[in-house]
Amino acid sequence: MPDSTASAGPLDGHRPDGVSGAAIDLVGVTKSYPGQGGAAVDRISLQIPAGEIVMLVGPSGCGKTTTLKMINRLIEPTSGTITIDGRDVLSLDGDELRRQIGYVIQAGGLFPHMSVATNVGIVPGMLRWEKKRIAERTDELLELVGLDPAKYRDRYPGELSGGQQQRVGVARALAADPPVLLMDEPFGAVDPITRQRLQDELLRIQDELRKTIVCVTHDFDEAVKLGDRIVVLGEGARVVQYDTPAQVLAHPADPFVEDFVGSGAALKALTLTRVGELEALQETTTARVGDAVADVVARARAVGDAAAVVLDDRGRPQRWPWLRQLQAEGDVVLDRVEDVLSVDRRATLNAALDAMLGSRYGGVVVTGKNDVYEGVLFLQTAIDAVATTRGGSGDDGPVPVAGNDEDAARALAGEGAS
Amino acid sequence: MDLWDFVAERREQIAFQAFQHVSLVVQSVLLATALGVALGVVCHRRAWARGLAATVSSVGLTLPALAVIAVVYGATGQGVTAAVSAVTLYALLVIWRNAVVGLSGVDGQLLEAARGLGMGATRRLLRVQLPLAWPVILSGVRVSTQMVMGIAAIAAYVTGPGLGGLIFTGLTRLGGAGALESALTGTVLVVLLALVLDLLLVLLGRATTSRGIRA
Repeated sequence: MPDSTASAGPLDGHRPDGVSGAAIDLVGVTKSYPGQGGAAVDRISLQIPAGEIVMLVGPSGCGKTTTLKMINRLIEPTSGTITIDGRDVLSLDGDELRRQIGYVIQAGGLFPHMSVATNVGIVPGMLRWEKKRIAERTDELLELVGLDPAKYRDRYPGELSGGQQQRVGVARALAADPPVLLMDEPFGAVDPITRQRLQDELLRIQDELRKTIVCVTHDFDEAVKLGDRIVVLGEGARVVQYDTPAQVLAHPADPFVEDFVGSGAALKALTLTRVGELEALQETTTARVGDAVADVVARARAVGDAAAVVLDDRGRPQRWPWLRQLQAEGDVVLDRVEDVLSVDRRATLNAALDAMLGSRYGGVVVTGKNDVYEGVLFLQTAIDAVATTRGGSGDDGPVPVAGNDEDAARALAGEGAS
Repeated sequence: MDLWDFVAERREQIAFQAFQHVSLVVQSVLLATALGVALGVVCHRRAWARGLAATVSSVGLTLPALAVIAVVYGATGQGVTAAVSAVTLYALLVIWRNAVVGLSGVDGQLLEAARGLGMGATRRLLRVQLPLAWPVILSGVRVSTQMVMGIAAIAAYVTGPGLGGLIFTGLTRLGGAGALESALTGTVLVVLLALVLDLLLVLLGRATTSRGIRA
């Protein structure tokens, strides 16, 4: 348990299994404001496993943001304990603590008078990193969030789009490699298309980093898409349900959750399956510039394909022409403006289906790391795969504790001591 | 005697008076900026203090300059201290109000983001609030500089230094030899120097305002 020596060192969750996040436990945490009837947050106990994304969802005013802000003590709890990686955060200096916890708010919260690089380097600067190390880290992070450092590091937030600002906000939060990332409605201020893209990118980043992410949203669809687990909160931060998205969709705990899930639970479940998990990818004929057309056509015909995917020299799909189109052109060329419909293997089945429905082949090209071609996915095989995986295994390891009563608090406190 | 001869004959004395005038204004504005920003930092967070700043500054600006100067002289006696106090007091009114407006205009979301990153109160003030409020504070400095160029001339009515001396000796002897020239020289120089100072402040603003928030 926390003592003076433990609180001196940095929070660190780095583990050999690639999880860089730290477990967070809230035990009987309450926040009440003087002069208000009920507590804003009433004795919440919540176990957040290391390396997972846990979404706090609920109607506005339910205390989800208050709960989040108590983890980094932007709001001081009235009572209860919060531990990160087994260490009591209430025993640490608030500012020191917050430098070790990433914090992302709506629209990024970037400082408009600081360049992108300065914004990202704030926390490392406060931690007295050397200038050179900060510059390297900044570039690394901009790269990670998909912004070309050479192009963006010296720009100011006012010169960026909303989506780009949000990316910089994520980069800034990750700057000192914190084990925990707190996000408060991070994608609330961007348009739906950008939001989708940012969500996909967050998942990609999380694949790499495996931080512990606690994210507040009022958008249930976002919770389903991003969360490893969802906490549905009612008034006073009452834990109504704490479960995986699949379970919440399939078995809402009560009418309140059902209401919150809304209609079309089966459709929403499509966002839970990733293209890469389907094992329904098919090989198709590929061609590269310089390949003889006759050769390509012969190969395609041999396996019954009517079209071939043209790859560039880095293996990225560029076109998906019919064979007769290739024959008409005479050469395998790249410089034809055609939108090849491709989705990342981490894309949701929902997104893939959307792409397929717009494709003249009833299928879509699937890409992996660095946008390299992996295979194609067709509508029929996708549907078959969904039918076989539906229901899910339901095995998500030990169920973490959550609740607002003595039992939950005791279960957690007992565990923390062992 | 025309204006040019008047200036040519007394150029050393006029140059000295002009220097004194500018020196009085610059020192007073610097002092007022330091005080005004400090008062702004103290006041901007509480609604009643913000109200106080706005009221004091608008009432203060309606008081006739001569009356204020008379009161200050009564309190401190004649001399440079009195002139600096009176001029600083005037400059302070505008800068204080603008500092309060600028500091309280900083987006609360940004301040919370700063806190969320682990910035303490001092760091938030120095790295976030003041730089963001700076353009507003600086525009207060510009307005007050222009204003106190004139006030400083009136201050000279009671004590010596500055171009005010030229203006008032001219006016009191109006009709006498060189009286008009004296008043004109003083007035024109006050206007010219005010323009020069304003230009310098614009350049200062360019140099000290982040490109990210430049309008």
